[in-house]
Amino acid sequence: MRVNFTVNGRPQEADDVWEGESLLYVLRERLGLPGSKNACEQGECGSCTVRLDGVPVCSCLVAAGQAEGREVVTVEGLAEYARERAGGTPAQDSGLAPIQQAFLDAGAVQCGFCTPGLLVAADEMLERNPTPSDADIREALSGNLCRCTGYEKIMDAVRLAAARQSEGV
Amino acid sequence: MAANGAPTKLTQGAPAKGGIGESTLRPDGTLKVTGEFAYSSDMWHEDMLWGQILRSTVAHAEIVSIDTAEALALPGVYAVMTYDDLPTDVRHYGLEIQDTPVLAHGKVRHHGEPVAIVAADHPETARRAAAKIKVEYRELPLVTDEASATAPDAVLVHEHRTDHHIHHVPHPNIVHRQPIVRGDAEAAARRADVIVRGEYTFGMQDQAFLGPESGLAVPEEDGGVHLYIATQWLHSDLRQMAPVLGLPEDKVRMTLSGVGGAFGGREDLSMQIHACLLALRTGKPVKIVYNRFESFFGHVHRHPAKLSYEHGATRDGKLTHVKCRIVLDGGAYASASPAVVGNASSLGVGPYAVDHVDIEAIALYTNNPPCGAMRGFGAVQACFAYEAQMDKVARELGLDPVEFRQRNAMEQGTLMPTGQPVDSPAPVAELLRRVKAMPMPPERQWESSEGADVRQLPGGLSNTTHGEGVVRGVGYAVGIKNVGFSEGFDDYSTARVRLEVAGGEPVATVHTAMAEVGQGGVTVHAQIARTELGVAQVTIHPADTAVGSAGSTSASRQTYVTGGAVKHACELVRERVLEIGRRRFGSYHPAWATAELLLEGGKVVTDGGEVLADLVDVLEGEAVEVEREWRHRPTEPFDPRTGQGNGHVQYSFAAHRAVVEVDTELGLVKVIELACAQDVGKALNPLSVVGQIQGGTTQGLGIAVMEEIVVDPKTAKVRNPSFTDYLIPTILDTPTIPVDVLELADDHAPYGLRGIGEAPTLSSTPAVLAAIRDATGLPLDRTPVRPEHLTGTN
Repeated sequence: MRVNFTVNGRPQEADDVWEGESLLYVLRERLGLPGSKNACEQGECGSCTVRLDGVPVCSCLVAAGQAEGREVVTVEGLAEYARERAGGTPAQDSGLAPIQQAFLDAGAVQCGFCTPGLLVAADEMLERNPTPSDADIREALSGNLCRCTGYEKIMDAVRLAAARQSEGV
Repeated sequence: MAANGAPTKLTQGAPAKGGIGESTLRPDGTLKVTGEFAYSSDMWHEDMLWGQILRSTVAHAEIVSIDTAEALALPGVYAVMTYDDLPTDVRHYGLEIQDTPVLAHGKVRHHGEPVAIVAADHPETARRAAAKIKVEYRELPLVTDEASATAPDAVLVHEHRTDHHIHHVPHPNIVHRQPIVRGDAEAAARRADVIVRGEYTFGMQDQAFLGPESGLAVPEEDGGVHLYIATQWLHSDLRQMAPVLGLPEDKVRMTLSGVGGAFGGREDLSMQIHACLLALRTGKPVKIVYNRFESFFGHVHRHPAKLSYEHGATRDGKLTHVKCRIVLDGGAYASASPAVVGNASSLGVGPYAVDHVDIEAIALYTNNPPCGAMRGFGAVQACFAYEAQMDKVARELGLDPVEFRQRNAMEQGTLMPTGQPVDSPAPVAELLRRVKAMPMPPERQWESSEGADVRQLPGGLSNTTHGEGVVRGVGYAVGIKNVGFSEGFDDYSTARVRLEVAGGEPVATVHTAMAEVGQGGVTVHAQIARTELGVAQVTIHPADTAVGSAGSTSASRQTYVTGGAVKHACELVRERVLEIGRRRFGSYHPAWATAELLLEGGKVVTDGGEVLADLVDVLEGEAVEVEREWRHRPTEPFDPRTGQGNGHVQYSFAAHRAVVEVDTELGLVKVIELACAQDVGKALNPLSVVGQIQGGTTQGLGIAVMEEIVVDPKTAKVRNPSFTDYLIPTILDTPTIPVDVLELADDHAPYGLRGIGEAPTLSSTPAVLAAIRDATGLPLDRTPVRPEHLTGTN
């Protein structure tokens, strides 16, 4: 089948898609966007988290056909998405989204396999809740497994992004 | 053919600033946060096929027949291979003992053993083809524990062993046995005022790295193959792969692609040979990516263990002796079992001074899943048991558990059970003091103005309590881990360092085969080069087999050994640069001949800070390159009968304090805080050091209260191969982890550093168990603890 949807603001068309393919598979293997990760492919680890019409979802659990006509944001489009949300002003000199820069600065990245999903989930939480408590952060990110960091630096990163956001830096 | 998305540009990233001791940011960080970093499962190649492995559905059986006809007939299928299709007579591999068949030969020995492989043009086609292969099994009796392994009529897991351990094991179903005897434990026991015995059980833990086993094998025009792979040791893989493929090692090229965690689970081969076999057979690039279900079968796990301990002490709180017996289940193939036995036995008493010890550790061959390396490697299981014992003895003596540990803590100069003196700082008592001195988390922190925040209570959002029945407990533990490969292993690393002028400034390139698996070795290597060569720009070359071996990314050894090699190569580059400088400019300034010269800020300077020349002028278009192997001090094997010998290079110590809250009615545990104090010798990158300690601590928490691979004792089948049923800690399960880093230099090691990655995984688990015992008063002699163990309903 053919699937048409928007990915990171650009219309995409995928041909010869087998009906059993997930959105994650189409993103990774057909559209050349392997940033969303394939750690469990059963909706437990959150490494494949993308936004589907704004809602964070495990793209491994979304059939490719369900994305027809909808808007998807992946980690590859996160910086651009954050820039547009901020009214088009570049958020960081680096060109990264504030949450991406905070993950780097806080040492929240080790092997990095959980990072794309965590970034998408954390960015969405800060959009909804700009001043989260620690318990709020933990609840919002509880669907994203990380095996390297023990989560402490991830907590630091989200706190840092929230603080920078509230200070307007 | 080069793979599209080959990692040259996509795993190395941009340089960052900073020398050793600074919290330099990862050079690959930006690629990792933008999704551009190329992990092994992201590899792609035009005309690429997908490989799939068919695995055994039973644990122990003869293979009566395999019929591949239907699978081969499926459109889109390019190849199906079984044992009979292997190209050479070398059809087994293994880290130490080559006992693992590439594909099952006449027999399967564990649930999930590879039987056949398929290549097809779509992963689903490959899966369906594999499912169409008909394998007829005739089931055999199972060996599942020590009793069934060593019974007089026990079935032999391997009938024809020829490995060197067979000569000193009491039964062919025992992979390796290591006794360690020092002093006279029997006589010492008679002097003890209290004697405490305990039997402990340690569950099977999975590394659960997030990036699944995966890689892309690309056939090359010269008949060789290029494998882009996630591994912990490229050259170990190469040594095992080449003979099976029937290729000389120089025709098997390997490039490290992005690695999504490892923790020991990538020391053994997984899909490497299978992908290469299919690529060579079909003449097309072949990619294999395990899903999570397969990953649980595709790598070895942490050995589950049964541990029996006897500790004796005098009334004044001094240990008289320790006796212990540690039985590790190695599963169907040897993997790293012999070395795990060496660690469990030699570190079996823990970081304590005990003159009279009688230790025995064995690893079994069974039909359970194969077990091998995982972070902490034999020392983890022992630490769980000896720390439970230390608490028991302290209680018998009426002593504070920390005080009792401190009275018996080893220090520099203490003899290990192996007779080896501890010849660098061993601040065991100090680490305990520090972790105890940390402020305690506030009581009843779930209370807020709006009532109880259930997210901070046991049971969490399940809303099972608002504080009723919740009891707090506090526990302490400390552990000892060896750093580097032990027992006489030639544990070296190779580094190639090049210094040249590019774009008008001096640039260093560091090339090693070190597997960056997330630990931050690439960050540290660049820091070392900046410090030693005084340049700002350092490029880390992709890790591959075009340079000599860097050894394994395991045993907490990479910063020590490959870092040591990088430092050594840099020193040699510096010497050559200074020689060139003396030749060119020596006549202009007497300091060239007389002063101690350094490279700093891109210049040659005297130790007094006087600038003699710019590196750009010294090099004048010339590149200086050095490749060298570097070794730590040699070790020696343990005596097979007494276990005596200088078997270890260095030790690493960490202590934990756990604070837990337990819903005693439902048996639910919330770990509130896991404080850690660790001696790291020298923190080359303080941010990364703390990250390692927190990550290791959390894996210890996992095996304390959540993680266990459940193997059905009746069938030896794995019952929970998924993240739905095998639970690793989420951010809600993980507490705050305050870390106190101590830096006491080890004069034998580069910069005085100490390997750090594993020690925090040891003491975390027993500290949590001790805290739960403190809260509940229950003995709790197994880990992980499950609710039924706390409610008495099991």
